[in-house]
Amino acid sequence: MKSCLIVDDSKVIRKVARRILEDLSFATEEAADGRDALEQCRQAMPDVILLDWNMPVMSGMEFLSVLRAEQEGKRPVVVFCTTENDMAHIRAAIDAGADEYIMKPFDRDVIEAKLAQVGAL
Amino acid sequence: MTTPDAGFDCLSSLLRTRAGIELARTKTYLVESRLGPLARVHGFVNVSEFLQRLARDGIGEALATDLVEAMLNNETFFFRDIQPFDLLKERILPQLRTARAASRRIRIWSAAASTGQEPYSVAMLFAEDRESWEGWTIDIVGTDISRRAITRARSGLYSQFEVQRGLSIHRLMAHFEKAGEHWELSPEIRAKVRFQPLNLLGPWSLGAPFDIILCRNVLMYLAHACKQEVLARIHRQLSPDGRLVLGAAETVLGVSDAFVPDWQNRGLYLPAGLQPPAFARAV
Repeated sequence: MKSCLIVDDSKVIRKVARRILEDLSFATEEAADGRDALEQCRQAMPDVILLDWNMPVMSGMEFLSVLRAEQEGKRPVVVFCTTENDMAHIRAAIDAGADEYIMKPFDRDVIEAKLAQVGAL
Repeated sequence: MTTPDAGFDCLSSLLRTRAGIELARTKTYLVESRLGPLARVHGFVNVSEFLQRLARDGIGEALATDLVEAMLNNETFFFRDIQPFDLLKERILPQLRTARAASRRIRIWSAAASTGQEPYSVAMLFAEDRESWEGWTIDIVGTDISRRAITRARSGLYSQFEVQRGLSIHRLMAHFEKAGEHWELSPEIRAKVRFQPLNLLGPWSLGAPFDIILCRNVLMYLAHACKQEVLARIHRQLSPDGRLVLGAAETVLGVSDAFVPDWQNRGLYLPAGLQPPAFARAV
């Protein structure tokens, strides 16, 4: 079973995403900000990270920069999932090492399609 | 005095004669959901009353068109069911590049283009392999019975929801720009496709035969006799060594002898009599 870390400061978004991902046969964990997510990744690197952009303590971009700099061996698939929906943000995310990008609001079809495109299903 | 059945029969007859679509009586829920907005526009509180009035008073041309368009399923998305596009990219287009090396011309028809995502997806495949197609004339035609869908297709504007269905973020970045709340296709991709309204059961004027015809998720809604007629007409519009692509839930088996399945590639059909794969021999 593949694992996914859901990183979002919204409890509601985490709950919705968790239901979708568990329905797609992922084992899920949650983090409410980038620092919490980084600590969890250092303990056990997930296969996929669903990552919000704007979060307290450490943003999604800061988290991604540190993650890609630190990671050795296993390279998790990182999918941004954010309300930032302009081309500048998308380019910045891809340049920083994101593999895919979901613009909120999302549904099951979008998450499934995006994960399929990066071979994460 | 008209009955609810008379209203349904009136609509059913209209769909059959105009679009070849068989509307089963079990689909009343579909009628309710798709015609509700149109009924309200015409001042009716529910679809049943609307249809009964139409059955009693008759239907003018403009309203008949609106009714048929409202009942159509315009579901589509970019690179829908990715397998046919992988097949185009990896096998069919390379084979055509060799087979058509003399004319350097390829014609592709998306016969039920809806709001344009299918033919634009094909256009992206060519744009993403630009060097290989330098100096070629690639003619991609998108047609649909719905004039409203064709108008949207020509606009090249899609919602955030639409661009996230089937498009990778890399393709979005390569081929789109944000335009207010929408995403606008690049002029390069839009210029590769021309659209025109076309009823598959009506008169056609599409010019020279096509090398590839995509007619996906259309036959499944048609009455058997209409399927036969459409396939016969498509056969006449396809090059002798062309390829027909149907939807994953569709087949020619039991419908037409004019095509045979390419057993190695689900959804792909060859004109009967062609020793497959003619393109492959040319590679």
